Amino acid sequence: MSLKHEFSKGFWEILPPFRLVLGLCPTLAVTTSAINGIGMGLATTFVLIFSNLFVSLLRKFIPTQVRIASFIVIIASFVVIVELVMQAYFYQLFKVLGIFIPLIVVNCIILGRAEAFASKNGPILSLADGLGIGLGFTISLFVLGCIRELLGSGTILGIYVMWSGFEPFTFMLKPPGAFVALGILLALMNLISQRQARKGG
Amino acid sequence: MADFILLMISAILVNNILLIRFLGNCPFLGVSRSMDTATGMGLAVIFVLTLAGMITWLVHNYILIPLGLEYLRTIAFILVIATLVQFVEMVIQKIAPPLYEALGIYLPLITTNCAVLGVAIINIEEGYDLITSIFFSFASACGFALALVLMAGMRERFALTGIPKPFEGTAIGLITAGLIALAFSGFIGLV
Repeated sequence: MSLKHEFSKGFWEILPPFRLVLGLCPTLAVTTSAINGIGMGLATTFVLIFSNLFVSLLRKFIPTQVRIASFIVIIASFVVIVELVMQAYFYQLFKVLGIFIPLIVVNCIILGRAEAFASKNGPILSLADGLGIGLGFTISLFVLGCIRELLGSGTILGIYVMWSGFEPFTFMLKPPGAFVALGILLALMNLISQRQARKGG
Repeated sequence: MADFILLMISAILVNNILLIRFLGNCPFLGVSRSMDTATGMGLAVIFVLTLAGMITWLVHNYILIPLGLEYLRTIAFILVIATLVQFVEMVIQKIAPPLYEALGIYLPLITTNCAVLGVAIINIEEGYDLITSIFFSFASACGFALALVLMAGMRERFALTGIPKPFEGTAIGLITAGLIALAFSGFIGLV
Protein backbone atom coordinates (compact mmCIF):
# COMPACT_ATOMS: atom_id res chain seq x y z
CA MET A 1 0.00 0.00 0.00
CA SER A 2 2.83 2.42 -0.70
CA LEU A 3 2.19 5.77 -2.29
CA LYS A 4 4.51 4.93 -5.16
CA HIS A 5 2.69 1.72 -5.92
CA GLU A 6 -0.73 3.38 -5.91
CA PHE A 7 0.58 5.91 -8.40
CA SER A 8 2.44 3.54 -10.70
CA LYS A 9 -0.08 0.71 -10.90
CA GLY A 10 -2.13 2.74 -13.37
CA PHE A 11 0.61 2.55 -15.98
CA TRP A 12 0.77 -1.20 -16.48
CA GLU A 13 -0.73 -3.38 -13.76
CA ILE A 14 -4.28 -2.08 -14.16
CA LEU A 15 -3.73 0.24 -17.12
CA PRO A 16 -7.12 1.48 -18.33
CA PRO A 17 -8.74 0.75 -20.72
CA PHE A 18 -6.71 -2.42 -21.38
CA ARG A 19 -6.44 -4.09 -17.99
CA LEU A 20 -9.38 -2.31 -16.48
CA VAL A 21 -11.79 -2.80 -19.37
CA LEU A 22 -13.85 0.27 -18.57
CA GLY A 23 -14.36 3.60 -20.25
CA LEU A 24 -14.37 2.12 -23.72
CA CYS A 25 -16.77 4.58 -25.29
CA PRO A 26 -14.49 7.63 -25.24
CA THR A 27 -11.52 5.40 -26.03
CA LEU A 28 -13.08 4.18 -29.23
CA ALA A 29 -14.82 7.35 -30.25
CA VAL A 30 -12.29 10.14 -29.87
CA THR A 31 -9.01 8.46 -30.83
CA THR A 32 -9.15 9.39 -34.51
CA SER A 33 -6.11 11.57 -33.81
CA ALA A 34 -3.43 11.75 -31.15
CA ILE A 35 -4.35 15.26 -30.01
CA ASN A 36 -7.99 14.31 -29.42
CA GLY A 37 -6.77 11.36 -27.35
CA ILE A 38 -4.64 13.64 -25.16
CA GLY A 39 -7.47 16.15 -24.74
CA MET A 40 -9.96 13.52 -23.70
CA GLY A 41 -7.41 11.82 -21.44
CA LEU A 42 -6.51 15.03 -19.60
CA ALA A 43 -10.15 16.03 -19.17
CA THR A 44 -10.86 12.62 -17.67
CA THR A 45 -7.75 12.81 -15.47
CA PHE A 46 -8.86 16.16 -14.04
CA VAL A 47 -12.27 14.79 -13.12
CA LEU A 48 -10.77 11.58 -11.76
CA ILE A 49 -8.28 13.35 -9.47
CA PHE A 50 -10.86 15.67 -7.96
CA SER A 51 -13.61 13.09 -7.67
CA ASN A 52 -11.19 10.71 -5.92
CA LEU A 53 -10.05 13.47 -3.57
CA PHE A 54 -13.56 14.57 -2.63
CA VAL A 55 -14.99 11.08 -2.35
CA SER A 56 -12.12 10.21 -0.07
CA LEU A 57 -12.56 13.34 2.08
CA LEU A 58 -16.31 12.78 2.39
CA ARG A 59 -16.20 9.01 2.77
CA LYS A 60 -16.98 9.14 6.50
CA PHE A 61 -20.06 11.33 5.95
CA ILE A 62 -21.72 9.57 3.02
CA PRO A 63 -24.23 6.90 4.11
CA THR A 64 -23.54 3.57 2.42
CA GLN A 65 -27.03 3.22 0.94
CA VAL A 66 -26.85 6.40 -1.12
CA ARG A 67 -23.13 6.34 -1.86
CA ILE A 68 -23.43 5.69 -5.61
CA ALA A 69 -25.80 8.62 -6.08
CA SER A 70 -23.52 10.84 -3.99
CA PHE A 71 -20.46 9.79 -6.01
CA ILE A 72 -22.29 10.58 -9.23
CA VAL A 73 -23.20 14.05 -8.00
CA ILE A 74 -19.56 14.72 -7.02
CA ILE A 75 -18.34 13.49 -10.41
CA ALA A 76 -20.99 15.42 -12.32
CA SER A 77 -20.03 18.68 -10.60
CA PHE A 78 -16.45 18.37 -11.83
CA VAL A 79 -17.61 17.38 -15.29
CA VAL A 80 -19.66 20.57 -15.49
CA ILE A 81 -16.52 22.52 -14.53
CA VAL A 82 -14.50 20.80 -17.27
CA GLU A 83 -17.29 21.38 -19.77
CA LEU A 84 -17.46 25.11 -19.06
CA VAL A 85 -13.67 25.60 -18.97
CA MET A 86 -13.17 23.74 -22.25
CA GLN A 87 -15.98 25.65 -23.89
CA ALA A 88 -14.32 28.91 -22.84
CA TYR A 89 -10.65 28.19 -23.55
CA PHE A 90 -10.38 25.14 -25.85
CA TYR A 91 -13.39 25.61 -28.07
CA GLN A 92 -11.93 23.70 -31.02
CA LEU A 93 -11.28 20.59 -28.94
CA PHE A 94 -14.63 21.02 -27.21
CA LYS A 95 -16.34 20.91 -30.62
CA VAL A 96 -14.45 17.79 -31.71
CA LEU A 97 -14.99 15.83 -28.50
CA GLY A 98 -18.61 17.00 -28.42
CA ILE A 99 -20.95 14.71 -26.57
CA PHE A 100 -18.12 12.77 -24.96
CA ILE A 101 -17.27 15.62 -22.59
CA PRO A 102 -20.60 15.47 -20.68
CA LEU A 103 -20.37 11.69 -20.93
CA ILE A 104 -17.29 11.70 -18.67
CA VAL A 105 -19.92 11.51 -15.92
CA VAL A 106 -20.79 7.96 -16.87
CA ASN A 107 -17.22 6.89 -17.61
CA CYS A 108 -17.11 3.78 -15.49
CA ILE A 109 -13.41 4.23 -14.69
CA ILE A 110 -14.21 7.24 -12.51
CA LEU A 111 -17.14 5.70 -10.66
CA GLY A 112 -15.16 2.46 -10.43
CA ARG A 113 -12.19 4.17 -8.73
CA ALA A 114 -14.51 6.10 -6.40
CA GLU A 115 -16.21 2.89 -5.33
CA ALA A 116 -13.23 0.55 -5.30
CA PHE A 117 -10.50 2.84 -4.02
CA ALA A 118 -11.35 6.36 -2.87
CA SER A 119 -14.23 5.32 -0.62
CA LYS A 120 -11.86 3.08 1.35
CA ASN A 121 -8.60 5.04 1.43
CA GLY A 122 -7.26 8.38 2.63
CA PRO A 123 -7.07 11.52 0.48
CA ILE A 124 -3.33 11.35 -0.32
CA LEU A 125 -3.45 7.75 -1.53
CA SER A 126 -6.64 8.50 -3.47
CA LEU A 127 -4.99 11.47 -5.16
CA ALA A 128 -2.06 9.27 -6.19
CA ASP A 129 -4.44 6.61 -7.45
CA GLY A 130 -6.46 9.13 -9.47
CA LEU A 131 -3.38 10.74 -10.95
CA GLY A 132 -1.82 7.38 -11.90
CA ILE A 133 -4.95 5.89 -13.44
CA GLY A 134 -5.77 9.16 -15.20
CA LEU A 135 -2.31 9.51 -16.74
CA GLY A 136 -2.33 5.83 -17.70
CA PHE A 137 -5.64 6.39 -19.46
CA THR A 138 -4.25 9.48 -21.21
CA ILE A 139 -1.20 7.56 -22.44
CA SER A 140 -3.40 4.71 -23.71
CA LEU A 141 -5.59 7.14 -25.60
CA PHE A 142 -2.51 8.91 -26.98
CA VAL A 143 -0.95 5.64 -28.21
CA LEU A 144 -4.19 4.46 -29.78
CA GLY A 145 -4.73 7.91 -31.30
CA CYS A 146 -1.17 7.88 -32.75
CA ILE A 147 -1.65 4.46 -34.33
CA ARG A 148 -4.99 5.35 -35.87
CA GLU A 149 -3.80 8.75 -37.03
CA LEU A 150 -0.55 7.37 -38.48
CA LEU A 151 -2.24 4.60 -40.44
CA GLY A 152 -5.43 6.49 -41.23
CA SER A 153 -4.04 9.81 -42.41
CA GLY A 154 -0.25 9.41 -42.35
CA THR A 155 0.30 12.10 -39.72
CA ILE A 156 1.22 12.28 -36.05
CA LEU A 157 -0.07 15.31 -34.12
CA GLY A 158 -0.92 16.84 -37.49
CA ILE A 159 2.62 16.55 -38.96
CA TYR A 160 2.99 14.36 -42.03
CA VAL A 161 5.52 11.62 -41.33
CA MET A 162 4.87 8.88 -43.87
CA TRP A 163 6.73 8.60 -47.19
CA SER A 164 5.30 10.35 -50.23
CA GLY A 165 2.90 8.18 -52.15
CA PHE A 166 1.68 6.54 -48.90
CA GLU A 167 -1.88 5.39 -49.39
CA PRO A 168 -3.84 6.33 -46.20
CA PHE A 169 -5.58 3.37 -44.65
CA THR A 170 -8.84 5.22 -43.96
CA PHE A 171 -10.42 2.13 -42.45
CA MET A 172 -8.55 3.01 -39.25
CA LEU A 173 -10.40 6.30 -38.90
CA LYS A 174 -13.82 4.68 -39.32
CA PRO A 175 -15.72 3.11 -36.41
CA PRO A 176 -14.84 -0.53 -37.31
CA GLY A 177 -11.15 0.41 -37.37
CA ALA A 178 -11.42 1.65 -33.80
CA PHE A 179 -12.64 -1.71 -32.54
CA VAL A 180 -10.05 -3.67 -34.51
CA ALA A 181 -7.14 -1.41 -33.50
CA LEU A 182 -8.06 -1.61 -29.81
CA GLY A 183 -8.54 -5.38 -30.03
CA ILE A 184 -5.14 -5.94 -31.60
CA LEU A 185 -3.43 -3.62 -29.12
CA LEU A 186 -5.05 -5.50 -26.24
CA ALA A 187 -3.92 -8.84 -27.69
CA LEU A 188 -0.35 -7.49 -27.98
CA MET A 189 -0.44 -6.45 -24.33
CA ASN A 190 -1.69 -9.90 -23.34
CA LEU A 191 1.13 -11.45 -25.34
CA ILE A 192 3.74 -9.36 -23.52
CA SER A 193 2.29 -10.21 -20.10
CA GLN A 194 2.19 -13.90 -20.94
CA ARG A 195 5.84 -13.79 -22.04
CA GLN A 196 6.75 -12.04 -18.78
CA ALA A 197 4.79 -14.53 -16.72
CA ARG A 198 6.54 -17.41 -18.43
CA LYS A 199 9.97 -15.87 -17.78
CA GLY A 200 9.10 -15.11 -14.16
CA GLY A 201 7.58 -18.54 -13.45
CA MET B 1 -45.02 9.03 -40.75
CA ALA B 2 -42.38 8.60 -43.43
CA ASP B 3 -40.09 10.80 -41.33
CA PHE B 4 -40.48 8.50 -38.36
CA ILE B 5 -39.70 5.41 -40.40
CA LEU B 6 -36.58 7.08 -41.75
CA LEU B 7 -35.57 8.13 -38.24
CA MET B 8 -36.10 4.58 -37.05
CA ILE B 9 -33.99 3.02 -39.81
CA SER B 10 -31.31 5.64 -39.31
CA ALA B 11 -31.14 5.10 -35.54
CA ILE B 12 -31.18 1.31 -35.67
CA LEU B 13 -29.05 0.52 -38.68
CA VAL B 14 -27.18 3.48 -40.12
CA ASN B 15 -26.15 5.31 -36.96
CA ASN B 16 -26.27 2.34 -34.64
CA ILE B 17 -25.67 3.70 -31.18
CA LEU B 18 -23.18 1.01 -30.19
CA LEU B 19 -21.25 0.41 -33.35
CA ILE B 20 -21.17 3.78 -35.07
CA ARG B 21 -21.75 6.32 -32.28
CA PHE B 22 -19.81 4.35 -29.65
CA LEU B 23 -22.21 4.80 -26.79
CA GLY B 24 -22.73 2.06 -24.23
CA ASN B 25 -19.74 -0.07 -25.06
CA CYS B 26 -18.97 -1.22 -21.51
CA PRO B 27 -22.15 -3.30 -21.14
CA PHE B 28 -21.77 -4.28 -24.81
CA LEU B 29 -18.55 -6.13 -24.03
CA GLY B 30 -19.45 -6.96 -20.45
CA VAL B 31 -22.78 -8.75 -20.77
CA SER B 32 -22.55 -10.16 -24.29
CA ARG B 33 -21.15 -13.52 -23.20
CA SER B 34 -24.47 -15.34 -23.29
CA MET B 35 -27.72 -14.92 -25.15
CA ASP B 36 -29.92 -14.78 -22.04
CA THR B 37 -28.07 -11.95 -20.37
CA ALA B 38 -27.86 -10.05 -23.65
CA THR B 39 -31.62 -10.29 -24.21
CA GLY B 40 -32.30 -9.23 -20.61
CA MET B 41 -29.99 -6.25 -20.84
CA GLY B 42 -31.39 -5.29 -24.23
CA LEU B 43 -34.97 -5.23 -22.96
CA ALA B 44 -34.02 -3.34 -19.82
CA VAL B 45 -32.25 -0.70 -21.90
CA ILE B 46 -35.20 -0.30 -24.29
CA PHE B 47 -37.50 0.24 -21.34
CA VAL B 48 -35.35 2.69 -19.40
CA LEU B 49 -33.99 4.59 -22.38
CA THR B 50 -37.43 5.37 -23.80
CA LEU B 51 -38.62 6.67 -20.43
CA ALA B 52 -35.39 8.56 -19.81
CA GLY B 53 -35.56 10.20 -23.24
CA MET B 54 -39.02 11.50 -22.48
CA ILE B 55 -38.37 12.68 -18.93
CA THR B 56 -35.04 14.39 -19.64
CA TRP B 57 -36.67 16.25 -22.53
CA LEU B 58 -39.43 17.48 -20.21
CA VAL B 59 -36.92 18.44 -17.51
CA HIS B 60 -34.81 20.35 -20.01
CA ASN B 61 -37.68 22.24 -21.63
CA TYR B 62 -39.91 22.90 -18.62
CA ILE B 63 -37.44 23.24 -15.76
CA LEU B 64 -33.94 24.09 -16.97
CA ILE B 65 -34.77 26.51 -19.80
CA PRO B 66 -37.36 28.63 -17.87
CA LEU B 67 -34.91 28.94 -14.98
CA GLY B 68 -31.95 29.67 -17.27
CA LEU B 69 -29.97 26.73 -15.92
CA GLU B 70 -28.99 25.01 -19.17
CA TYR B 71 -25.38 24.71 -18.02
CA LEU B 72 -26.50 22.30 -15.30
CA ARG B 73 -27.82 19.92 -17.96
CA THR B 74 -25.29 17.16 -17.34
CA ILE B 75 -25.82 17.08 -13.60
CA ALA B 76 -29.62 17.31 -13.88
CA PHE B 77 -29.84 14.56 -16.48
CA ILE B 78 -27.67 12.09 -14.63
CA LEU B 79 -29.69 12.65 -11.47
CA VAL B 80 -32.94 12.12 -13.38
CA ILE B 81 -31.57 8.93 -14.89
CA ALA B 82 -30.24 7.56 -11.60
CA THR B 83 -33.56 8.28 -9.87
CA LEU B 84 -35.54 6.87 -12.76
CA VAL B 85 -33.57 3.63 -12.74
CA GLN B 86 -34.09 3.25 -9.00
CA PHE B 87 -37.79 4.02 -9.37
CA VAL B 88 -38.30 1.62 -12.29
CA GLU B 89 -36.55 -1.06 -10.27
CA MET B 90 -38.94 -0.60 -7.35
CA VAL B 91 -42.06 -0.45 -9.53
CA ILE B 92 -41.17 -3.55 -11.50
CA GLN B 93 -40.35 -5.41 -8.31
CA LYS B 94 -43.79 -4.52 -6.95
CA ILE B 95 -46.05 -5.10 -9.95
CA ALA B 96 -44.22 -7.64 -12.10
CA PRO B 97 -41.99 -9.95 -10.06
CA PRO B 98 -41.23 -12.30 -13.01
CA LEU B 99 -40.04 -9.35 -15.10
CA TYR B 100 -37.96 -8.22 -12.14
CA GLU B 101 -36.34 -11.62 -11.90
CA ALA B 102 -35.38 -11.36 -15.56
CA LEU B 103 -34.21 -7.74 -15.64
CA GLY B 104 -33.40 -7.03 -12.01
CA ILE B 105 -29.65 -7.35 -12.02
CA TYR B 106 -29.25 -5.30 -15.20
CA LEU B 107 -31.22 -2.31 -14.02
CA PRO B 108 -28.63 -0.79 -11.66
CA LEU B 109 -25.99 -1.13 -14.38
CA ILE B 110 -28.02 1.08 -16.69
CA THR B 111 -27.32 4.22 -14.66
CA THR B 112 -23.74 4.20 -15.86
CA ASN B 113 -24.60 3.06 -19.37
CA CYS B 114 -23.52 6.06 -21.39
CA ALA B 115 -26.07 5.24 -24.09
CA VAL B 116 -28.84 6.55 -21.82
CA LEU B 117 -27.23 9.90 -21.01
CA GLY B 118 -25.86 10.08 -24.55
CA VAL B 119 -29.25 9.74 -26.22
CA ALA B 120 -30.78 12.24 -23.79
CA ILE B 121 -28.11 14.77 -24.79
CA ILE B 122 -28.43 14.02 -28.50
CA ASN B 123 -32.20 14.63 -28.26
CA ILE B 124 -31.53 18.11 -26.89
CA GLU B 125 -28.65 18.99 -29.20
CA GLU B 126 -30.53 17.93 -32.32
CA GLY B 127 -33.48 20.04 -31.17
CA TYR B 128 -36.02 17.21 -31.43
CA ASP B 129 -39.57 17.82 -30.20
CA LEU B 130 -41.13 15.60 -27.56
CA ILE B 131 -42.61 12.96 -29.87
CA THR B 132 -39.47 12.73 -32.00
CA SER B 133 -37.33 12.45 -28.84
CA ILE B 134 -39.37 9.54 -27.53
CA PHE B 135 -39.27 7.87 -30.91
CA PHE B 136 -35.54 8.41 -31.35
CA SER B 137 -34.81 7.10 -27.83
CA PHE B 138 -36.87 3.99 -28.49
CA ALA B 139 -35.24 3.37 -31.88
CA SER B 140 -31.72 3.88 -30.50
CA ALA B 141 -32.41 1.43 -27.72
CA CYS B 142 -33.67 -1.11 -30.27
CA GLY B 143 -30.42 -0.65 -32.16
CA PHE B 144 -28.52 -1.26 -28.92
CA ALA B 145 -30.48 -4.45 -28.25
CA LEU B 146 -30.00 -5.67 -31.81
CA ALA B 147 -26.23 -5.21 -31.75
CA LEU B 148 -25.98 -6.75 -28.29
CA VAL B 149 -27.93 -9.85 -29.27
CA LEU B 150 -25.97 -10.28 -32.51
CA MET B 151 -22.74 -10.03 -30.58
CA ALA B 152 -23.88 -12.52 -27.94
CA GLY B 153 -24.85 -15.01 -30.64
CA MET B 154 -21.33 -14.85 -32.00
CA ARG B 155 -19.55 -14.91 -28.67
CA GLU B 156 -21.42 -18.02 -27.56
CA ARG B 157 -19.72 -19.83 -30.40
CA PHE B 158 -16.26 -18.68 -29.35
CA ALA B 159 -16.49 -21.03 -26.40
CA LEU B 160 -16.23 -23.92 -28.84
CA THR B 161 -13.39 -22.63 -31.00
CA GLY B 162 -9.67 -22.50 -30.49
CA ILE B 163 -8.70 -18.86 -30.15
CA PRO B 164 -5.00 -17.88 -29.90
CA LYS B 165 -4.16 -17.28 -26.26
CA PRO B 166 -3.46 -13.52 -26.38
CA PHE B 167 -6.77 -12.89 -28.15
CA GLU B 168 -8.95 -14.64 -25.59
CA GLY B 169 -11.68 -12.66 -23.85
CA THR B 170 -12.04 -8.98 -24.57
CA ALA B 171 -9.54 -8.80 -27.44
CA ILE B 172 -11.47 -11.14 -29.71
CA GLY B 173 -14.68 -9.47 -28.55
CA LEU B 174 -13.40 -6.11 -29.79
CA ILE B 175 -12.33 -7.49 -33.13
CA THR B 176 -15.70 -9.20 -33.58
CA ALA B 177 -17.39 -5.90 -32.75
CA GLY B 178 -15.21 -4.33 -35.44
CA LEU B 179 -16.40 -6.84 -37.99
CA ILE B 180 -20.05 -6.32 -37.02
CA ALA B 181 -19.49 -2.56 -37.29
CA LEU B 182 -17.99 -3.11 -40.74
CA ALA B 183 -21.09 -5.03 -41.75
CA PHE B 184 -23.28 -2.25 -40.37
CA SER B 185 -21.40 0.37 -42.36
CA GLY B 186 -22.90 -1.32 -45.40
CA PHE B 187 -26.15 0.37 -44.40
CA ILE B 188 -24.68 3.84 -44.96
CA GLY B 189 -26.55 5.37 -47.85
CA LEU B 190 -29.77 3.62 -46.93
CA VAL B 191 -31.22 6.85 -45.59
